[in-house]
Amino acid sequence: MDFSQLDLHELAKTSGEWLRGSGPESDIVISSRIRLARNLADFPFISRATDTDRAEIGKILRSRIETLHEQGKFKGHLIYVDVSSLEAVDRLFLVERQLISREHAEAEGARAVLIDQREQTSVMINEEDHLRIQVLKSGLDLSSAWEQINDLDDLIEARVTYAYHDHFGYLTACPTNVGTGLRCSVMVHLPALVLTRQIDKVFRSLQKINLAVRGLYGEGSQAQGDFYQISNQVTLGQSEEELIKKVADVVPVLIDYERKARDFLIRESQETLHDRVSRAYGILRTAQTISSEETMHLLSSLRMGVNLGLIRDVAIPTVNKLFVHTQPAHLQKLTGMELDTSDRNIERAAYLRRHLSGDGAGATHN
Amino acid sequence: MKCQKCDKQATFHITDLVDGKPNELHLCEECAGAFLAPSPEDANEMLPAMAGLLAQHLAVGETAEDLARLDQRSCPVCGITFLEFRKQGRLGCPHDYVNFAAELEPLLLNIHGETRHVGKVPKYCASGAEQQTQLIRLRREMKEAIAAEEYEQASLLRDQIREIERSREPHGEE
Repeated sequence: MDFSQLDLHELAKTSGEWLRGSGPESDIVISSRIRLARNLADFPFISRATDTDRAEIGKILRSRIETLHEQGKFKGHLIYVDVSSLEAVDRLFLVERQLISREHAEAEGARAVLIDQREQTSVMINEEDHLRIQVLKSGLDLSSAWEQINDLDDLIEARVTYAYHDHFGYLTACPTNVGTGLRCSVMVHLPALVLTRQIDKVFRSLQKINLAVRGLYGEGSQAQGDFYQISNQVTLGQSEEELIKKVADVVPVLIDYERKARDFLIRESQETLHDRVSRAYGILRTAQTISSEETMHLLSSLRMGVNLGLIRDVAIPTVNKLFVHTQPAHLQKLTGMELDTSDRNIERAAYLRRHLSGDGAGATHN
Repeated sequence: MKCQKCDKQATFHITDLVDGKPNELHLCEECAGAFLAPSPEDANEMLPAMAGLLAQHLAVGETAEDLARLDQRSCPVCGITFLEFRKQGRLGCPHDYVNFAAELEPLLLNIHGETRHVGKVPKYCASGAEQQTQLIRLRREMKEAIAAEEYEQASLLRDQIREIERSREPHGEE
């Protein structure tokens, strides 16, 4: 089915399943994601593809995937979005939503994305590779993400010929993705490790076992809101299961460290911690103008406060949603207006007040 | 992947916004620490170093002769040379992995610590990788023929392309 502005507007009002905060370990693990990079064997990679090639690749992949959908093999309502024809704000909206990459939003030429309406699966067409399949799950749930993406990959593969080499595996435009073409990442919220200055130690140990660490949107140099994405660096020479296991095995250790740090803070400085999260909550529900950066920072404290039972009248899914809905493009989609930075800051503060403050209490648990 | 500031392994991948445009940084822990420390002057200093990430990766100790040699042999399918790949960090077509296997293997070893795939294998193996890459080459040659106004040659090429395309309609379609 074709995408319309209406779809996008509807999408803006809801939030993806990965934000519902119900998956395993969801107090600390926000989401689990796996993506596969694939290319068609009979076309050049994107950097050498002509406009005709790109159009042809797009047409082939779209029709194959829509056929799967018609046959009931691609579950749920499928939305096709021609990314190249979108306004900048709409492209940014999809980035904030984690449905396309920043590169895909900012590239040029024919490109698209197919999204299932529950926002668990997205398939980018003509990104760095012809095909970037992604599955996103709430909480720590890499095994079901793998099951789901592996099935979808099989289904697509039955209808196209992937570029594959016996020796090098799935061939990708950049040699850093060759082999399995698999990147699995888990987004974790580690405010107590940041507060207790343990985070560097954690990163050092991740580095030793060859895992990479990124911020939430990769936007700005600081990992915003104490969110970190842990992912595999290597894609060649280990099986998909091995690569996933390495990340899956390390996350419980991180969770344990974070919980210990939270226990320590509660034990040693409960008043200071309680003060910190209460002030964060206070600012969020009363501010008249607030930047995206400050919002992320304060929401991070609030989120920890809710998880520790220090704040009892806000639900985690609400906080998760606010992280995404207070981003620049979301605010503009929600208000239906183009807003400059200072107008956004005012609108952001109003949005936060509506969803957190006493006079809008009804909206707190939606 | 090596750090863009020193020679250590890069384990931090940071996307920085500069004037609203994203820039990717690949750094080791130490350099990432320095970058993340609140000193925007330091950060700006590093940005020019980001171009040609993979190029830097290999360029140590190479002579002009070496570089010229890398620029000579191009992929018969997509036309890219290894030097061009190094400049842009992206390969031109699947056949590059065959054509530049000798040059790519040390790079793969450096990035992945391995050179051989051990994971998933497609169930429907390509009926002949040659036929696939042939299509890429023929389409490129047809485009060149049209550009050179050699229409007779272009129409011959078009027929060949159609023939291959017909012989490999999507499999598994009910």
